[in-house]
Amino acid sequence: MKRIVVVGASLAGLRAAQTLRANGFDGRLVLIGDEPHPPYSRPPLSKQLLAGTMTAGDCAFELGDLDAEWMLGVAATGLDLDRREVILDARERCAFDGLLIATGCSARPWPGVPLPPSRDVYFLRKLDDALGLIEAASTARHVVILGGGFIGCEAAAALQGIGREVAIVDIAPYPMTALGAELGAVCAELHTEHGVALHLGVTAESFELRGDRITAVRLTNGTRLPADLLLVATGAQPNTAWLRDSGLTLDPGVVCDATCRAVGAEAIFCAGDVASVPSSLVGGEPLRIEHWTNAAEQAILAAANMLAPEGDRMPYEAVPYFWSDQYGIKIQSAGLPSAADRQFLLEGSVEGRKFIIGFSRGPHLIGVVGFGLPRHMPSYRRQIAAQARVAELVRS
Amino acid sequence: MKVKVDLQLCESHGECCFVAPEVFTLDDNDELVWTEEPEEALRAKVVQAAAVCPTRAITVEG
Repeated sequence: MKRIVVVGASLAGLRAAQTLRANGFDGRLVLIGDEPHPPYSRPPLSKQLLAGTMTAGDCAFELGDLDAEWMLGVAATGLDLDRREVILDARERCAFDGLLIATGCSARPWPGVPLPPSRDVYFLRKLDDALGLIEAASTARHVVILGGGFIGCEAAAALQGIGREVAIVDIAPYPMTALGAELGAVCAELHTEHGVALHLGVTAESFELRGDRITAVRLTNGTRLPADLLLVATGAQPNTAWLRDSGLTLDPGVVCDATCRAVGAEAIFCAGDVASVPSSLVGGEPLRIEHWTNAAEQAILAAANMLAPEGDRMPYEAVPYFWSDQYGIKIQSAGLPSAADRQFLLEGSVEGRKFIIGFSRGPHLIGVVGFGLPRHMPSYRRQIAAQARVAELVRS
Repeated sequence: MKVKVDLQLCESHGECCFVAPEVFTLDDNDELVWTEEPEEALRAKVVQAAAVCPTRAITVEG
């Protein structure tokens, strides 16, 4: 291979590029990213950056002496598999011998009633989103957050911490539904204790405006929430629209084999939020994981596999891991708690807010969620990876 | 090979402990403890641990 193109210049793209060089690739290496910024770490955007304890500069990744050509602020808009070219901004073409797709996710559009034509409406996915939100929050008094998932909850905690009145609205009966009802209830308590108002089982019905400024959100139960800043945090969706007519199989991620190679394509590999890869944790079902560590781990493996002869390629077998920081508590999740059929206490106590809950599917440990107990997590992650039986768990 | 960890950045995620348990562990106070000069055979694991650290607290020298 003489020329490898990496589409997506965030964590996965960067780790892939670094791995390609570390593993001896000495041809041309091109990184294409649609944001104008060099790679930066996204998790602080909804945490430390909003809270004011980190700056945009603190989020930038060290690029070291990486030998690569950067095309930033350039969007890939198509892929021509026959000519082996990426189409850029619907005009230019960039030829490749090997292609690594790492285009990540964007914020999922609000699925409810039309959002108001107001400059007070924000999403939170990119650095520029965060910087705009921070500026708006500096003068806002009442923040309404549509969506009680991780981004919504983290933003609520951070904005409450800088003195804003915050309300979260979610159609679900508890926040952070990915953790299940019991832990969702613990999260709800945390927010309530800190003065964040939770409006659950309801959604926005209409918005009140004065000119182009938002003044209130009306909910489906009749509640009127004063608002001068609206944050829409309703999840993420994979950036695969540019591949729609490419011939690659989308589900909506890019369907890959276990080695992260795009099914049906030569020398095209995927990593991060866009990659749909069979997982042995769920009996070979495809899994698309939108977590920071997955982007890093999968990119390293996908890049190594791209350079390896077919027989030497390794399957992706990482245990998913993500974390959240809210009100000074580190919440950590490993494995696939949402795929479990049973849950049980492994460490600590829920009342004491320091605990680890185990999740099993059949006889096997499939996930753990920890609140404020980081030291026990690595051991359980290893046991999830080993598909340990619950009856034989080694407690730490 | 020398392993440096910026404990100001470390948030005890335990990624490194998962990837390279021979080198990194968390103590009873959730603080990271690590071998500063691990044997060369562990280089690949240590480099991987640095690459997947969510707070970019680990650097590998030499």
